[in-house]
Amino acid sequence: MITFMNNSDSEEEPCNERTSLMSAESPPVPSYQDGLQASEAGEVQAHRKRRAGSRRSPNNIAGGEMPGSGVRESAPENEEEELTLKYGAKHVIMLFVPVTLCMIVVVATIKSVRFYTEKNGQLIYTPFSEDTPSVGQRLLNSVLNTIIMISVIIVMTVFLVLLYKYRCYKFIHGWLILSSLMLLFLFTYIYLGEVLKTYNVAMDYPTLFLVIWNFGAVGMICIHWKGPLQLQQAYLIMISALMALVFIKYLPEWSAWVILGAISIYDLMAVLCPKGPLRMLVETAQERNEPIFPALIYSSAMMWTVGMAKPDTAARGSSQQTWDTAEDGREHHRSPSHADSQMSETRSPVPTRPVTSLEELEEEERGVKLGLGDFIFYSVLVGKAAATASGDWNTTLACFVAILIGLCLTLLLLAVFKKALPALPISITFGLIFYFSTDNLVRPFMDTLASHQLYI
Amino acid sequence: MTLAVFFGCTFIAFGPAFGLFLFTIARDPLRIIILIAGAFFWLVSLLLSSLIWFIAVKASDPQDERLQKGLLIFGVMFSVLLQEAFRFLYYKLLRKAIEGLVALSEDGCSPISIQQMAYVAGVGFGLMSGAFSMINLLADALGPGTVGIHGDSQLYFLTSAFMTMVLIFLHTFWGILFFHGCEHRRWWEIAAVVVMHLTVSGSSFCNPLYVGSLVPSYMLMAAAAAWAYLLSGGSAQNLRRFLLCLRSGASPQPGS
Repeated sequence: MITFMNNSDSEEEPCNERTSLMSAESPPVPSYQDGLQASEAGEVQAHRKRRAGSRRSPNNIAGGEMPGSGVRESAPENEEEELTLKYGAKHVIMLFVPVTLCMIVVVATIKSVRFYTEKNGQLIYTPFSEDTPSVGQRLLNSVLNTIIMISVIIVMTVFLVLLYKYRCYKFIHGWLILSSLMLLFLFTYIYLGEVLKTYNVAMDYPTLFLVIWNFGAVGMICIHWKGPLQLQQAYLIMISALMALVFIKYLPEWSAWVILGAISIYDLMAVLCPKGPLRMLVETAQERNEPIFPALIYSSAMMWTVGMAKPDTAARGSSQQTWDTAEDGREHHRSPSHADSQMSETRSPVPTRPVTSLEELEEEERGVKLGLGDFIFYSVLVGKAAATASGDWNTTLACFVAILIGLCLTLLLLAVFKKALPALPISITFGLIFYFSTDNLVRPFMDTLASHQLYI
Repeated sequence: MTLAVFFGCTFIAFGPAFGLFLFTIARDPLRIIILIAGAFFWLVSLLLSSLIWFIAVKASDPQDERLQKGLLIFGVMFSVLLQEAFRFLYYKLLRKAIEGLVALSEDGCSPISIQQMAYVAGVGFGLMSGAFSMINLLADALGPGTVGIHGDSQLYFLTSAFMTMVLIFLHTFWGILFFHGCEHRRWWEIAAVVVMHLTVSGSSFCNPLYVGSLVPSYMLMAAAAAWAYLLSGGSAQNLRRFLLCLRSGASPQPGS
């Protein structure tokens, strides 16, 4: 489920963002509220804990509708479910839009900038070349490449889980900062250079430096600290697209397809098997009542908490936690890839707040999260389809629709099962099926129809 | 060629559909999902029909022109039938979905009606069908070249764009008619949709004699539009009210 970004050393290192849809239910903060809310929140907590490991994404801040308020033990289940599915469509769209945008960026780049379709070496993780005369040899090489790549991902994931288990938070933070530095500066520089070359636009180094510096610095701040939500989302989409472009360029053809298939299987196992690393990560985080460690996660929810002055210590405790969560909230965008309907700790009790004790202003809309690895691999699939499908746009379009439907189905399953789910398998499977079948079956048919100008 | 043709053909083919999408579908997430799922169903039907055609072609003699032409006709007809079959399957799926939505809603009624779903499903089918017909052409139109240099029709792009537009509209109306027929068990409506579809596809065999394909298609579209409008609760009076922007009494908009 979660492999980590470890772009600390070289640009060729893969961004192993694993993905899954997470149902990490971070249990709600013990309420600092007085009187009424306390009991309600208590009930909410009780029935949330009952549904441990379940995931919901109710958008219930508006209008003060609170699942906790006045809800009894029996009813909450149904109401929660209803809210989940009612707002489910909205959350699906909240994920469709960024996934679509990322794919559009990748496809537009692939179709216009030659650089990303030129063969120019391979990553060290895929050492076997595919320039062999025989088909069998090529297949063997791509399978070997896949094995190496997946092993690297597994090792990285396990390493990350171990780091997390032994609470080496600083190490992980440093790792993340280094990797996003690399993406935001180096890869952007290369990308910009290639785009300028393609359109034959001259740019002097001082301007370039200024542009890259501003882009990168604002990106680091937005991603790792605070920033307007949409800017954050835009940056996350950009870095996913950049990473996907790197993969598309440096993975040889057959290896790319086999890797995509293998990674969805890995995702499935890592999230659903009891001893899977990602599942262990999630469970550890839940035990510690912490948000899943921030790596790279796209979140569609707004979350910020602003200034709190609490008179009493109890409130202080929770405000402290609120603050931390806000910080982590920023970093939720960087959480390991999993889509997570965030049951935020701090958000739970809030809507009708007690009169005086709190100046805490919390604006939040429960949203959905999807790991950046999902973005990356979806875009790799669609980008590869655009790059290699013999100039055919139908294949790209078919893969795009297939991936969106896969995502939709995954979110539906998530709403039904309410636990951590991998986001890759269904979408990638559909994408692969549609890629190969559209390229080989539909294309000749449509071409023949077009040449006779027939319409079906 | 190039940009002018590209933009012109894009707007002709997809302008109305895009307008429909923007004003009626884009606001509601549920409708967007139904749209994409409709596009997916169309895609699956195309896939299966291409598979059959491909197998048939591979199993036959590539040199035999008549046979290939015959296989192509068969492929087209089979594809049409399969599309309608998948429309029926999609209807079944949406029926189940409505039951689910009703069960989950607070007040016992679904946030979206089957008529709205029919419309959106039709637009989904139409958009995907149009996209698959047109996108490659548009990409080629962007590049250099001259149309019809070998004696083919010079109006290729333009007529393709018009044909695509009419097909998108037709799919929308067929969606409404088809679902209405399924809802009320009127099999003749369903049969009419299938026959219309076969007619439109068959008329495209007249190309490049565009009079033979475009004119009947547009006439069928007008007929289907009127029929769908009537089925959705429209009437001559409603139309008059709408056109004259009267606001008294019934809403000027049919069945939304």
